[in-house]
Amino acid sequence: MVTLTIDEQKVTVPEGTSVLEAAWKIGIDIPSLCYLKGLNEVGTCRVCVVEIEGSKTLQASCVYPVAEGLVVRTNTPRVLKARRTALQLLLSEHPQDCLSCYRNMNCELQALAHRFNILEIPFRGEKREPPNDEKSVAVMREPAKCIRCRRCIAVCSKVQQAFVYSAVHRGFDSMVSPAFGLSLDDVACITCGQCANVCPTAAIHEPDNTKEVWEALHDPEKWVVVQVAPSIRVTLGEEFGLQIGSVVTGQLVAALRRLGFDKVFDTDFTADLTIMEEGHEFLEKLKSGGPFPHLSSCSPGWVKYCEHFYPEMLEHVSTVKSPHSMFGALAKTYHAEKIGVDPARMVVVSVMPCTAKKYEINRPEMTDSGFKDVDVVITTRELARMIREAGLDFINLPEEEFDEPLGIASGAGLIFGATGGVLEAALRTIYELETGKEFPLPQYEQSLRGMDGLKEAEVEMPQGLIRVGIAHGTGNAKQILEKIKAGEKYHFVEIMGCPGGCVGGGGQPILSFRRGWEGSMDYRMDRADSLYKAEQELPYRKSHENPEIKKIYREFLGHPLSEISHKLLHTSYTARSRYPLSKTKV
Amino acid sequence: MKYQRVHLLLCHGTACVSAGSEKIDEAIKEELEKHGLEKEVRLVPTGCFGFCAMGPVMLVYPEGVMYCRVKPEDIGEIVCEHLLKGRIVERLLYKEPDGKDRVAELSNIEFFRHQRREVLHNCGQINPEDIGEYIARDGYFALAEVLTKKTPREVIDIITKSGLRGRGGGGFPTGRKWSYAGHATGEIKYVICNGDEGDPGAFMDRSIMEGDPHAILEGLAIAGYAIGSAQGYIYVRAEYPIAVQRLEHAIGEARKTGLLGKDIFGSGFDFDIELRLGAGAFVCGEETALLHSLAGRRGEPRPRPPFPAVDGLFHRPTLINNVETLANVPRIILKGAPWFAGIGTEKSKGTKVFALAGKINNTGLIEVPMGTSLRTIIYDIGGGIPKGREFKAAQIGGPSGGCLPKEYLDTSLDYESLIELGAMMGSGGLIVMDESDCMVDIARFFLEFTQDESCGKCTPCRVGTKRMLEILQRITQGEGEEGDIELLKSLAEDIKGSSLCGLGQTAPNPVLSTLRFFEDEYIAHIRDKRCPAGVCSSLLRFEIIPEKCTACTVCARVCPVEAISGTPRKPPFVIHQDICIKCGACQAKCPFGAIAKV
Repeated sequence: MVTLTIDEQKVTVPEGTSVLEAAWKIGIDIPSLCYLKGLNEVGTCRVCVVEIEGSKTLQASCVYPVAEGLVVRTNTPRVLKARRTALQLLLSEHPQDCLSCYRNMNCELQALAHRFNILEIPFRGEKREPPNDEKSVAVMREPAKCIRCRRCIAVCSKVQQAFVYSAVHRGFDSMVSPAFGLSLDDVACITCGQCANVCPTAAIHEPDNTKEVWEALHDPEKWVVVQVAPSIRVTLGEEFGLQIGSVVTGQLVAALRRLGFDKVFDTDFTADLTIMEEGHEFLEKLKSGGPFPHLSSCSPGWVKYCEHFYPEMLEHVSTVKSPHSMFGALAKTYHAEKIGVDPARMVVVSVMPCTAKKYEINRPEMTDSGFKDVDVVITTRELARMIREAGLDFINLPEEEFDEPLGIASGAGLIFGATGGVLEAALRTIYELETGKEFPLPQYEQSLRGMDGLKEAEVEMPQGLIRVGIAHGTGNAKQILEKIKAGEKYHFVEIMGCPGGCVGGGGQPILSFRRGWEGSMDYRMDRADSLYKAEQELPYRKSHENPEIKKIYREFLGHPLSEISHKLLHTSYTARSRYPLSKTKV
Repeated sequence: MKYQRVHLLLCHGTACVSAGSEKIDEAIKEELEKHGLEKEVRLVPTGCFGFCAMGPVMLVYPEGVMYCRVKPEDIGEIVCEHLLKGRIVERLLYKEPDGKDRVAELSNIEFFRHQRREVLHNCGQINPEDIGEYIARDGYFALAEVLTKKTPREVIDIITKSGLRGRGGGGFPTGRKWSYAGHATGEIKYVICNGDEGDPGAFMDRSIMEGDPHAILEGLAIAGYAIGSAQGYIYVRAEYPIAVQRLEHAIGEARKTGLLGKDIFGSGFDFDIELRLGAGAFVCGEETALLHSLAGRRGEPRPRPPFPAVDGLFHRPTLINNVETLANVPRIILKGAPWFAGIGTEKSKGTKVFALAGKINNTGLIEVPMGTSLRTIIYDIGGGIPKGREFKAAQIGGPSGGCLPKEYLDTSLDYESLIELGAMMGSGGLIVMDESDCMVDIARFFLEFTQDESCGKCTPCRVGTKRMLEILQRITQGEGEEGDIELLKSLAEDIKGSSLCGLGQTAPNPVLSTLRFFEDEYIAHIRDKRCPAGVCSSLLRFEIIPEKCTACTVCARVCPVEAISGTPRKPPFVIHQDICIKCGACQAKCPFGAIAKV
C-alpha cells in the first residue's frame, strides 16, 4: 500500500493505482475523457491533468502511478486552465452540431463542456472535415467527431482482436482509421459495434434505421411484424433511467404495440427452434463422429470474425441461422400463410442488441423465404429513440404479453442473451432427449454462467463424455480456436461475438465506463443475472417443451433437419480475407 | 605497411559526397596512376571536416594544406603542381571572409583555430571504414580498459564524475541515467544509441556516425558493460544512407576483429549491436517514441513513468543515449573524468558540437567548449555576417529552442543559461539571423515544423500547436488582432504544461522566445500591419519614389503581372497595389533606385 496526499487529503491505495483512481476514491472527481481503466490507459486527451509536486509539467493523472509521499493538486488555477484549454481545443476542431447529433445528451465531450462551463471557444481555425464512412450497413463513422481518444483501437485490438483501427497520419491530420483509409465495409470489420459502445462521442455508431421503420408503420399497405431479441428486455429500461438489469418485458411489448406494430413477437421463440435444429445437428455429429468441435452460429459478429480470421474453421460452424433470421424466414412463410397476409406486404423488423445483425440481414443467403427474410434491424438504442419520439411514458406503460404463436418461448430461449446461454439451453434439450433425464443444471451453473472469458465443462452422455466450451468476445474466441487448432478436443463450443454475449452487444445502451472495463463487465453481468432470474418465472424452461415449437414441427416443418428446415432455417458461409479484396465462397 | 610520402584526405561526408567527392576519388586515382604515384600517395576517404560550405574539402599531408571546393578537373593540377613539384595550388586555398590572404594550413584557418575538437577529433582525420585507423588513434583502448580493469560500478562512477550530460537536448546527467539503468533489475537489458537527429539544419550526429562510427560502437559497448547489457541497438534515420552504410560496415569490422561478439578481450563480456532504421519522424527522437518505433510500432511517445530505465525496449530495462553523448564516452574513459570536467563551465562539462547555419560566412559543423560565447562562435569561428549586415539573433536548439538577441552575444552557452533565456541547448542547431530576418516569420517556420511533426496523440500538441500556428499565420498575413499576443502566450503556457512528451512541451518555445525579445515586431505586424524586416509579403508594398523616377519604362516591362503603368518620359510611373504580387522584380531592375520597399 502507498500513501499519498491529494489536495491536502491523505489517501492510501494499493501500489500501481493511478493518481486519478486514488482521487476518485476520496471523492475528488478529476474529469477524464480518453481514459478507460483496464483497456485504454494512454493519456491522450490531457483533460485529467494535475500538478505533481516536483514535476515541472502537469501530469495526466490517469496514467501517473501513485508513489509514497506523492503530493498532488487537482484544482489549482494552472490545472483548471489547462483542462479548459484542452477541452476548448477539442471543441475548436469539433463540428459542434450537438442538436442534431446522434449522441446528443449522451456524449462525454458534451458533458464535460457543460461541466466546465465552456461558454466560448477562443480558438478558431481549420476544422478537418473528413467524410463520413457510411458504406457499412452496420457501423458508421463520423471521423470529424473523433477526439482521438483511441478507445475504439483498444477495444478492437485488445478485446475483439480484429485490429480494424489504428492511428494514422501526423499532427493536426492524425486520426483513427481502418487501414489505407478504407471503409469499415472493405476491411475485416466484424461489425460487432463494440467500438461504437466505447466511443465517447458520436464518431462511431450504428446507421439510423428508425426512419424505415416509421415509414413501414405509417404505410397502410404494410403488415409490420416486430420481434425482440432476448436481451432487450433487460437493457431497454436503462435508456429510460432505470437501474441496470431492470426487466421491462411487459412495457416493451406495450410500447411496440403503441408504436403501431401489427404483431409483437419474441425472438426467444426461434431461439427455442435453434435449439431443436442445432441440437439435432449436434446429435447427428455425435452419431456420425464429427466434425468436432461443433461451433455455434447465432452471433453474426462471431460468424463474420470466423469468416475473416478462421475460414478454415467454417466447416465446424453450425449451419443453423441465427434465431432472428429464422424468425424472418418463418414469418414470411408459415406465419404469413397462416394469417393470410401476402408476404410481399409483410415487413419484419428485428429489435436487436446488435449492430452485426444489420449486416447479417443483407447477406444474400438471408432470402430463403423468397423475400428478404428480415427487412430492418434496429438496435436497443434506436428503439429507445422511437419510443421517446412517440412520446410514450415508457416506465409507466401497463405490462402486456407477446402475441401468439411466435411469441411463446421457453426460458432456454431467453437465456440466449447471455454468454453461455445457448450452450446451457442446448444441453437442457439434448441431454434430456438422449438420456430421458433432466439436465442436472445446478451442478453446471457455475461453469456455464458468468463473465469468465473462457468457460468449459464435461457432460456424461450415453455416447460418452462430451467436452463443451464457451467463449465471448472474439478475442476469447481466438484463444479457444487456437487451443482447438493446437489439438485440444471439444465437442460443442458456444461463441458470442460480444463480451458478455448479447447483454454486452454493440447495439445496447451505452454503458458508463466510469468503473473501467472490468466495471463494464460487471454491468453486463447484472444484465445477464436479470435474464436468469426472469427465466425462472416462465412456464417452460426447455426448448423442446415449448408447445408452439411442437406445433410448428407438427404443422409445418415436420421434424428437425427436415428438408423444409434446411431450406428455411439453415445457411452457408463465405471465407473472407483478413485483407481487402479477395472473397471466396466456401 | 608501406611508407607513403603523401596522404590525401578527401571528405566523404554527406555534403561533400553530394558536391562530388566520389568523382574526385576517381579523378585522383586516374591521375596518380597516370603519374605512377599510386605507391607513394595514399588516398584516404574521411568523414566530415565540418567545413561543409567549402566542400568538397581535401587535406594534403604531411603539410596539412587544405583545398576547398575541389572539382574533378582540379585534380590534374593538384597532382602535377603540389604532389610532383611541391607547389601549393593557391587558387584552391581558403580565403578568410575579410578578403585578405589565402590560408594554406587548416590549423591556421580561423574557422578551425578557435574550435576544440574532442568528439570530432577523428572526423575528417581517419577513414571511417577502416577499423585499423580508429585503433591507431587509441580506438577501443577505452573498452579494453573498462573490460579488463574496471567494474561496471567504477565505469558509471567515472561518467558521473566527468559531469557528462545528454547531448540530445535535455541535458540529463549521463552518469545518473546509467546508474538508474544499472540498478534496474532484469536478466536482459538493452542499450540504445539515439541517432534520430531531426532538427532542421542540424547534422552533428550524422557527421559523427559518418566520420567516426567506431567511437559510437565503443561508447555503446562501454555503456552496455556498465549497466549489464549484452545487446545494443543504434536507431538511425533512413535519410542518412551514408551513416547507415558506415555503421553497418563498422559493426561488421568490429565483429570480425572480436571487438563485438562473445567474450570481448577475454573478459567474459558479450556484446553485440544491431542497426535499426527509423522512417523519418522527428518525434522518434523522443525516447519512448523511439522505443515504439524500434519495436516495429507507430512511433509515438507514451507517458512516463515508467521510465525506459525500468520498462524500455520490449519491456526490459533500457538505456538510451544520444550519438554525441556516447562518442564522448571513450575519450572520458581514456583521459579520465577530471580531464573532461576541466573543460566547460561549472555545470556543463566538456565540449559541444554545433551546426552553424543561417546568415553567417562560415557555415558548417563546429565544436567548442561549453560556455563559449555566441560572439566567439559567430565572429571568430563563423567569420561574421555576410554583406556587412548586423547580427539580430541566434536561434539555438531548433524547434524546441529559442533565440538570443544581440544583448546576449557574450552569454556563456551552457545548459542552464540557455534555459534561463528561454532557449535550449537542444541537439546543437545554431541559426544566425540578421536584420533582414523577421522574427515572427521565424517563429511561424518552427511552429509549422513541430505541427507537421507532432504525432497527434495528445490534444495540446495536436490541436494547440495548430491553433498557435494559425494565429501566427494570420499575424504574418496582416490579419493579426488585438489580443493575439495574449492568446499566444496563454495557449503556449498550456501546451508547455500539459503536452504528453517533450515535443509538445517545447514546441511553443520559439514563439515565447521571440515574443520575449521581439514583441515590438509582433506589435508592428498586428497594429501597424508592417513587417519591419520586410519579409512578410502580405505586409509589403513597393512604391515608386517620384523624385527619382525617370519614366524609363524598365519596371513596367519586367513586371510579370502588368501592375505598373505610366507614360514614357513622363514620370512618375505608378504601381497598382491591387495587381502587384510583390515579387520585387521592378525594384531589382530599376536603374535609378526609384522603387522602395515599404
